Amino acid sequence: MENLLQEPHPLETVLISRRFRLENSASLATFLANEGFAGFRKALTMTPDEIIAEVKLSSLRGRGGAGFPAGMKWSFVDRKSPKPKYVVVNADESEPGTCKDRVILQYDPFRLIEGVLIAARAIGSERGWIYIRGEYRYLIEHMNAVIAQAYAAGWLGKDIQGSGMNFDFATQSGAGAYECGEESALLESLEGKRGNPRLKPPFPAQVGAFQCPTVLNNVETYSAAPDVILKGGQYYADLGTPKNGGTRLLCISGHVNRPGVYEVRLGMNMLQAVNALAGGVWKGRKLKAIVPGGSSCPVLKAEECDIPMDYDSLAKAGSMLGSGGMVVLDETTDMVKLLSRIMKFYAHESCGWCIPCREGTTWLKKILARLDDGVGSVSDIDTVDQLAVNMFGHTFCPLGDAAAMPTMAIVRKFRHEFEAKLQSASQAFVPAPGTRSLPIVK
Amino acid sequence: MPDLVQLTINGKAVSAPKGTLVIEAAKQVGIEIPAFCYYEGYSLQAACRMCLVEVEKMPKLMPGCTLPVAEGMVVHTESPKVVDSRKSMLEFLLTNHPLDCPVCDKGGECELQDMTFRYGLGESRFTDIKQHVDEKQWSPLVYFDAPRCILCYRCVRVCEEGMGVQALGIGKRGVATEIIPNAGDHLECDECGNCVDICPVGALTSGTYRYKSRPWEMNYAGTICTHCSDGCKTTLSVRNGAIIRANNRDRSGINGEFLCAKGRFGYDFVHSPERLQTPLIRKDGKLEPASWSEALSLVAARLSELKSRGAKFGVLGSTHTTNEENYYLQKFARTGLGTSNIDHQRTGDVPALLDALSGHENALATVGDLYTAKSVLVISSDLSQQHPLLAFQLRANYRHNRAAVYTVTPGPVRERDYAARSVVVAPGAELDLLPALADELKKHGNLVIVFGPAIKGGAVHSLVAFGDSLGIPVKYICLVSDSNSRGALDMGLLPDLRPGYQAEAQPGLALPEILAAPDLDALWVVGSNPFETAPLASRDCFVVVQDLFLTETAQAADVVLPSASAYEKSGTVTNTAGEVQRLKPGPKVMGAKSDLEILGLIAKEMGLDLGIWSSDKVFEEIRRTVRGYNVALPVIATGGASPTTPVNGHVPASRPDLIQDSGDTLFTSGTLGRYSNVLKSVMEAPGTLYKP
Amino acid sequence: MTFSQELESRFAKMLDNYPPGRQKGAVIPMLIYAQDEVGAVTPELVQEIAKRLSVKPIEVNEVVEFYSMLHRTPLGKHHIQICTNISCQLTGGDELWQHACKKLGIGHKQVTPDGLFSLEEVECLGACSWAPAIQDGYEYHHHVTPEKLDKLIDDVRQAVKAQ
Ligand SMILES: Cc1cc2nc3c(=O)[nH]c(=O)nc-3n(C[C@H](O)[C@H](O)[C@H](O)COP(=O)(O)O)c2cc1C
Ligand code: SF4
Ligand code: FES
Repeated sequence: MENLLQEPHPLETVLISRRFRLENSASLATFLANEGFAGFRKALTMTPDEIIAEVKLSSLRGRGGAGFPAGMKWSFVDRKSPKPKYVVVNADESEPGTCKDRVILQYDPFRLIEGVLIAARAIGSERGWIYIRGEYRYLIEHMNAVIAQAYAAGWLGKDIQGSGMNFDFATQSGAGAYECGEESALLESLEGKRGNPRLKPPFPAQVGAFQCPTVLNNVETYSAAPDVILKGGQYYADLGTPKNGGTRLLCISGHVNRPGVYEVRLGMNMLQAVNALAGGVWKGRKLKAIVPGGSSCPVLKAEECDIPMDYDSLAKAGSMLGSGGMVVLDETTDMVKLLSRIMKFYAHESCGWCIPCREGTTWLKKILARLDDGVGSVSDIDTVDQLAVNMFGHTFCPLGDAAAMPTMAIVRKFRHEFEAKLQSASQAFVPAPGTRSLPIVK
Repeated sequence: MPDLVQLTINGKAVSAPKGTLVIEAAKQVGIEIPAFCYYEGYSLQAACRMCLVEVEKMPKLMPGCTLPVAEGMVVHTESPKVVDSRKSMLEFLLTNHPLDCPVCDKGGECELQDMTFRYGLGESRFTDIKQHVDEKQWSPLVYFDAPRCILCYRCVRVCEEGMGVQALGIGKRGVATEIIPNAGDHLECDECGNCVDICPVGALTSGTYRYKSRPWEMNYAGTICTHCSDGCKTTLSVRNGAIIRANNRDRSGINGEFLCAKGRFGYDFVHSPERLQTPLIRKDGKLEPASWSEALSLVAARLSELKSRGAKFGVLGSTHTTNEENYYLQKFARTGLGTSNIDHQRTGDVPALLDALSGHENALATVGDLYTAKSVLVISSDLSQQHPLLAFQLRANYRHNRAAVYTVTPGPVRERDYAARSVVVAPGAELDLLPALADELKKHGNLVIVFGPAIKGGAVHSLVAFGDSLGIPVKYICLVSDSNSRGALDMGLLPDLRPGYQAEAQPGLALPEILAAPDLDALWVVGSNPFETAPLASRDCFVVVQDLFLTETAQAADVVLPSASAYEKSGTVTNTAGEVQRLKPGPKVMGAKSDLEILGLIAKEMGLDLGIWSSDKVFEEIRRTVRGYNVALPVIATGGASPTTPVNGHVPASRPDLIQDSGDTLFTSGTLGRYSNVLKSVMEAPGTLYKP
Repeated sequence: MTFSQELESRFAKMLDNYPPGRQKGAVIPMLIYAQDEVGAVTPELVQEIAKRLSVKPIEVNEVVEFYSMLHRTPLGKHHIQICTNISCQLTGGDELWQHACKKLGIGHKQVTPDGLFSLEEVECLGACSWAPAIQDGYEYHHHVTPEKLDKLIDDVRQAVKAQ
């Protein structure tokens, strides 16, 4: 496996990533020699309620995108249910701009297993899966080997380390579908079906994998749990800002000098992250905008970026912290092209279940591709905005919102770029008023 | 009394049982929440988003099709937000829709048209190129035009949940998502067409109806299917005197909108080029066309002459003719010709069941009971092949009420997919197995036992004794084969039982004996084809045949009288569960007469007084005189089914040895099926019994 | 259908990964690993997997049609997947894509006549911080330039010629 890491930056707070740069960091020996499973050992001495209380105290929030408090999620599982309970890890990592779970799995896979064991202990689960996107085949094989080692060393399977706890864990391969990152679609896929999302409620905590109560979190969320338990919820919470505990992995990409995956405390200033961690905007250019946490987050214009990076501050700024996939855009970025590409993605990945998402993403894709070529009329720009409004909040699952949000942000904040494109294309095709549709072509 | 929840919808106070969906609660107070994917009785999808409503205190619009009512909920279904969102859903839906309404079969009865008319925007901003895929033929009966599909998944659900077939699935994804058939490029299924029927738009079209007509150009006749004995209601769409479609879109009748391949597509025998349209008289050994008056006079004269000689008559009736015709025929035989040599091909031992149930109250199940019973035991019948409606009811009962279904059959049956237990036993050993099931059966509160023709005579009595031993309410259905097999029995087309199962003082010859009697002078066959399997022994016998086709029997006749099918006449029929329903004439086939009219005219020519031969008058007489048939007229007149009341008294045994399963399957229907090119054209035909 | 010993033992292990009666869960992993061996999801493969998991073939087909990594026809020996999603787009993914099309003379989801290469423009590969990224089969290549891509392709061609 190729090295994905660079030297740690002084502004980083290495907690999750603290074993990454050790020699043979992915081996069980290195792991055990460096506080590996210490959190889990401690968890074994705690009651499930104590574990959950500690996670609640840590204000650890979901690192997959939505930022839901992890302790709360764990507490929703009905531990008294006669059904088996399951733990599922979301390693679908498909949100454009995101590449951090991959780093955890590659460099410190046992950390994830430790986190999963803690969750399993908290909800009384004896079985779990890690759902890994199909493209990460090397990580699937890698995790299979890691899991086999964990079994061999008595960290998985029956009576783990003599604790009386049993836990089976296995990988599950995806096969190319962004929607399978959505928790309920992931569960469908785990059950061997199309990745269409499920009706909610019931939520996975009540009816999850194989119709049983299930905790489902992102790789990074579970990976934070060992330190939450080992060092205490308060310690973890204090690393971040109120209600936004801990550190998180930030994957910076786009027009910066030093793209990469960095671990930062929640609340770090966004401009600082770009300028200090990532070495500033490349080629001496100026910052235009930032996509803060994956393509579905509304872009922030340069002047909006001087804010702390935590869930609540970003929400206040009209965007989201999302998956930690920060994409930096320099002054030359063609925002129409960018949005057109984003919509191509959502149209390709819409599962097709509900009307507004299925038709909306494709329609937007078509208009945006046209506008990018300078074909269309000014009214098309309004249509783009209105279609996004019509999708937003009306779709079956959040994928529709994920497509609508960046659209609204980009058309509203960079409308002049759309207009300029139309003007510069001299022989622009403008559909005659009243034209309903072009002929059907096969 | 379920817990009631109080809520307000558009300012109206509504109280609905806990768990009710908002869309249903609104319906209760006359408020329509538009929906495509929501379909009562099938699983929830929330896919079309047409039903989004505004609920106070909820941040987003909510789908009314999946949202259960809650105490104090305040719902708005016509607020500006809701109205706008609906408009946008329709605008989205129409972007890739071909808008080919002028040439679409569904035009005029399309839910997408109606919704757009009522709730739509009136214009579209979509100016880009549409997603297009060519239409595909999935079977002779089912075509799929993907661009018209709105992906409501109704078809997928009716096939999987309703039929238990799972022949349709979902392919591709995103805007390319489409419905796919189970066998790669085609369907291998029951060909029931329920998917075509339930499709709100013209995406799934019927191989027999497509491009034939506009809905407003047709006349409609709601009548009863003439194939198997389940008695499904079917609405015939008739144009220029011809049936061009059959469906039950108004969801009336005992079957709701269910129909099987035979009911939906198997009407084409009516217009078969082989239909007889003129009487035939044998002249110089050859059957030659003749006029009705010539043929009727000839028959009347010969019968009168034979009767005066004290000749030996044999009369064979039909399992497809109406109760009135059957009643009139037996009356003709018994009082007109003075013979009780009358019979028909029996397909189930109803007399034994009625006898065994003597003294029982409320022990005959209706088709509706199969949906409400807590448990059902099916013995010796492949319901999905032979009684598709009953199988559908059972599946619905399991789906909605988790009914416990048990099957004991000589081969695997489709019900085993969800049955509590599905046991395969050697033929004849079915009853031996029952004691082992007794403890389980007792648990469920009530039971309906459905049994096939293999259970007859003493076995029926043992079965009822077993039912009695359970100590729970048990009801029964004795399965018979054809659309009016039951009516033939009830109306006394039997040598030893008169109408209403009254013992015949002087029993006559039964069917095989009639055919075997060397001294038979006249044989009158109405709507059946006995010579297909057995020859006539008597060399010098005057044979009259009334039929739709020149069957083996008709070919051997002296006079052939072309008769009308069930779809061309009035009257009543009785289904396998003893429910009486009314036929309504749809098309008219030139030259044919109803059997009742033929009988009446012959009686008149012979100077017999058998009563007026209008079906209403005969039915009145049946209601007055036949035990169990004093059924509720208004129910029947308005297209409903009225169960006959049980005979409740001793019924003499009537030759169980003569009972024969017709062996018909989903795609066969005795002689009728042989003249249905449609049924013969489906790849799955003729179908096998006990195929899983 | 017969599979290699290795695949068979992988399947056997996979089936243990699910609660009793829930083996259908294996359909996607089985398909993708079998596809690697067979070259494509053939109708026989669909039948075989349906049989092994006791599900109807249409349930398998529904899945095959949904997932973008499952394909019905064989790809090139080297399936070059080029990400053009935003992080890659911003750093030259589009140019890389154009370059690859020209170099190989094929377009999206096409296979070279010699069956050596196929091309696919793919969505985010999870390599954004090392963009632009491509995958050759399952193998990641980061910070790819047209020159690096040329070398990759030429090396493959050379190796084949050398044989
Ligand atoms: C369309 C869509 C795609 C998603 N993709 C991912 C993903 O790739 N990885 C992930 O961890 N969460 C993803 N999520 C979020 C998950 O649904 C879910 O919230 C998350 O896995 C929960 O874990 P967390 O609370 O630890 O973040 C996605 C959500 C949506 C709506
Ligand atoms: S074919 Fe008809 S019934 Fe089936 S999903 Fe499409 S619109 Fe709905
Ligand atoms: S009826 Fe509610 S979403 Fe279709």
